[in-house]
Amino acid sequence: MKIAITSTGNSLESKLDQRFGRCAYFIIYDTETKGIEIIPNPNKDVEEGAGPASVNLVASRNVKKIVSGAFGVKIKSLIDSLKIQMIVLKETDKTVQDIIDMLNK
Amino acid sequence: MSPRPIRIRKVSKPPVVSGFKPFGNKNTEKNKSVFLHYEEYEALRLCDYEMLNHHQAAVLMDVSRPTLTRIYSRARQKIAEALVDGKSIIIEGGKIYFDSDWYMCENCGCNFNHPVKTEEIKFCPLCKSNKITNIELGEEYDENYKPRCDDICICPECGYEQPHQPGRPCKNEICPQCNNRMVRKGTPHSRKFNY
Ligand SMILES: [Zn+2]
Ligand SMILES: [Zn+2]
Repeated sequence: MKIAITSTGNSLESKLDQRFGRCAYFIIYDTETKGIEIIPNPNKDVEEGAGPASVNLVASRNVKKIVSGAFGVKIKSLIDSLKIQMIVLKETDKTVQDIIDMLNK
Repeated sequence: MSPRPIRIRKVSKPPVVSGFKPFGNKNTEKNKSVFLHYEEYEALRLCDYEMLNHHQAAVLMDVSRPTLTRIYSRARQKIAEALVDGKSIIIEGGKIYFDSDWYMCENCGCNFNHPVKTEEIKFCPLCKSNKITNIELGEEYDENYKPRCDDICICPECGYEQPHQPGRPCKNEICPQCNNRMVRKGTPHSRKFNY
């Protein structure tokens, strides 16, 4: 199963990005193959529609869960309707690696 | 800075139909319909069906109170228009949106939704703890919560400044010093005072 984690940087030592639509990177972790894909977020600086565009991006990778700091109301409904699980970790110092370790436990 | 309270929209019922049609009025033209936006439907549902007050509804919808009041009155106006003029009502997102249940993990502190309703959820998807609780209405809003923002309203005449109230247009604010309409600081109208 693939899980998208919003990341402030392009390594596993980067912290979880608190934003979803405008996060710096998406790190996609595959729990079966343990593979990692790092995608710079092309919607980081767009004026409008960053949320839906980011949903499309992760949905196109067949992600089943997203870990981030916050989701907007409309985005929540959209993600919900795609049957993707949202995991919200607020005000955390956790790195992407910490989160992957938790998922692997 | 105090930590932001956890705010998660309550489990929301999707509209069960995509709209309503009037009957008995032969003069109704086909294309005469009002379009009720999803947030307007939601505001009506929370305020008039769930009987919440505007503050509670605003928190659940994650908007400021003035914004909620605006959405709500727009919704009522549309419904009234449909009733009085015999128009049909189309509800946006009647089939698209739905909100699943939300849970909180006491072990790792995360919140998560449960989009696959047919399966029971017992463990936190992150830390696998079984100390999870369904987030119910009442626990999730904080009476003291006020939307904050760093914007400033400024009077273009005398330069008087005050914090901007989210959801309230600056031009609705009147300068207490010279009774002029105020503008958002940093916009072209306020330039005079930006240097
Ligand atoms: Zn947990
Ligand atoms: Zn003034």
